[in-house]
Amino acid sequence: MSGFAGFALRRAMGAVLTLLVISVIIYVVFYATPGNVAQITCGPRCSPEQVHQVAQQLKLDDPLYLRYWHFLEGILVGQDYSTGTSVAHCSAPCLGQSYQSDQQVTQIILTKLPVSLSLVVGAMVLWLLMGVGTGVLSAWRRGRFSERALTGLTLAGVATPVFVIGLVLMIVICGQLELLPFPEYVSFTDDPEQWAWSLLLPWFTLALNEAAYFARLTRASMLETLAEDHIRTFRAYGVGERSLVGRHALRGALAPIIALNANDFGSAVGGAVLIETLFGLPGIGQELVHAVNVVDLPVVVGMVLVIGFFVVLANAVADVLYAVADRRVVLT
Amino acid sequence: MSEALVAAEAAGAGVEPVPGASGARQFWRRLRTQRAALVAAAVVALLVLVALAAPLLTAVEGQDPTTYHPSLVDSARGGVPIGSFGGIGGDHWLGVEPQTGRDLFARLVYGARVSLGVALGATAVQVLIGVVVGVTSALGNRWVDQLLSRATDIIVAMPLMIMALALLAIVPSSFPRPVLVALIIGFVAWGTIAKIARAQTLTLKELDYVAAARLSGWSTWRIARRELLPGLAAPVITYAALMVPANIAIEAALSFLGVGVKPPTPSWGQMLTSANVWYQAAPQYLLLPAGALFVTVLALTVLGDGVRTALDPRAASRLRVGTGGKREAKAAAEKEVES
Repeated sequence: MSGFAGFALRRAMGAVLTLLVISVIIYVVFYATPGNVAQITCGPRCSPEQVHQVAQQLKLDDPLYLRYWHFLEGILVGQDYSTGTSVAHCSAPCLGQSYQSDQQVTQIILTKLPVSLSLVVGAMVLWLLMGVGTGVLSAWRRGRFSERALTGLTLAGVATPVFVIGLVLMIVICGQLELLPFPEYVSFTDDPEQWAWSLLLPWFTLALNEAAYFARLTRASMLETLAEDHIRTFRAYGVGERSLVGRHALRGALAPIIALNANDFGSAVGGAVLIETLFGLPGIGQELVHAVNVVDLPVVVGMVLVIGFFVVLANAVADVLYAVADRRVVLT
Repeated sequence: MSEALVAAEAAGAGVEPVPGASGARQFWRRLRTQRAALVAAAVVALLVLVALAAPLLTAVEGQDPTTYHPSLVDSARGGVPIGSFGGIGGDHWLGVEPQTGRDLFARLVYGARVSLGVALGATAVQVLIGVVVGVTSALGNRWVDQLLSRATDIIVAMPLMIMALALLAIVPSSFPRPVLVALIIGFVAWGTIAKIARAQTLTLKELDYVAAARLSGWSTWRIARRELLPGLAAPVITYAALMVPANIAIEAALSFLGVGVKPPTPSWGQMLTSANVWYQAAPQYLLLPAGALFVTVLALTVLGDGVRTALDPRAASRLRVGTGGKREAKAAAEKEVES
């Protein structure tokens, strides 16, 4: 078991290293661009005095590596900065300050994060259930009409961009049939029931696209397992079809499903940006699109780092789970 | 079941796994046997034709994508197109855009140019960077390989949509938008191609004919170009074919968010944003770009699947047998034996 613990530890260290490199790249890309960084950061409506103040806060006279170090220090231990009249403190995970909205980036992210997490985690549960269920069903009914229908359906699901699905669903379900009201986000702590109702359509939309990928993957890897020799042996010994598909073949599909789930977490986060914008959910994605549109650099950088953190975390967790699910994986 | 399995395995064993120059004909023959892929190829060809002929088509219609026609919309009702079905008629084949009165047919076909152009451009950038990084990594020394492989891992780990969104924030708006979107998608998402190219090069490098080339004193560059690249073609093309529809969806998504291709240049994603509120008054304004996106991405995905089956027949025949559709599997196996 020590081999496994060592593997998990090495994987965690790798994740930290990856995050550090990503933060360097992002910092350099965004804060070493040609042009007046202080002016861009501060926004178009800033007076020359404000721009000067921003330049001092960002320590733009220092060489780049010192500025990055300062930025990293802010994330790890927090930092103090002057707001012109007084000194403000930005505590531990300090991602800087948005000069356009006069808020600390960490604060902005913390208020938006619950919405995005509710969306992505809820959708993930849904897409795993829907995708794997459909995949198992079509592997079980292989060669029959229902399998063909399911395969066609999943292909259409893969081929439809997530915001097109969302737009059509919203118009048909909320606009024409009036089965649901147009989604308006309610916080979980305010009213859990309303929270679930308000997220129902966004969850479903985000899950539909991903579920189609999972259905295709589950079906393909189950069929591959079903064609293997040991399944033929099981069949010869009289093991029933249901047990073959439901237990043995599904087991073979487990590892690739976990791997895809990690890979798709990143693309699901991208999808969440679209869904939040479409349904007007006040999450990180909506804020990011806003920040990109008004060129609010500190917010953009902070958001990308936080999202990168979650994606890298998901990948690391998936690698460990993958090793647990598939004993054939060599731990390195 | 077992008969088909044996037949298919036998057929698979005789298959050339790496189609070189002579493989092109083999590839077409395999693609031809798949009906769905053929239909998809025809649809894609039609779309490309429409995109290329956009100026011609709009000239026949007598319209262009950017002229405003304020007289064709009812400003008293918020800019609803005048006339039945959103102003469809001889002058405007698919009606006009609400509020501005711009011709929808012209915007749709010029949108096809943007969609396909950006997606193909992005794919080209992805393939170029990916192959160069992958091959260099596989042929370079330990340090080069370590460095490039870690860089590839990081690129793969970064969520594409988020990075593209963020990068679009810092580029000045004077830069031509469609080119910018293609470049950004290309530069953010070459990781998987690099991984495929590296793995394939590592395999090819050990083969006898490459060793022979090395022994006869060829330079690494010449070996890479003459001996390795043809062997890379199959896996890279397979993956690239599946990247094109993904890139179309990403461009549409970015334009939908209002940060991709900006007006007056038409784009399907961008049309959907503004069509959102008009679904009752002018439903075709919403349905046309949505349908165009759906058909394009679907056709390209089916074609990509077909290309994969044609280039990797072993995996495909394994899967076909696995479906248990006995007749299908037998027919496929017989076909492969015949050819």
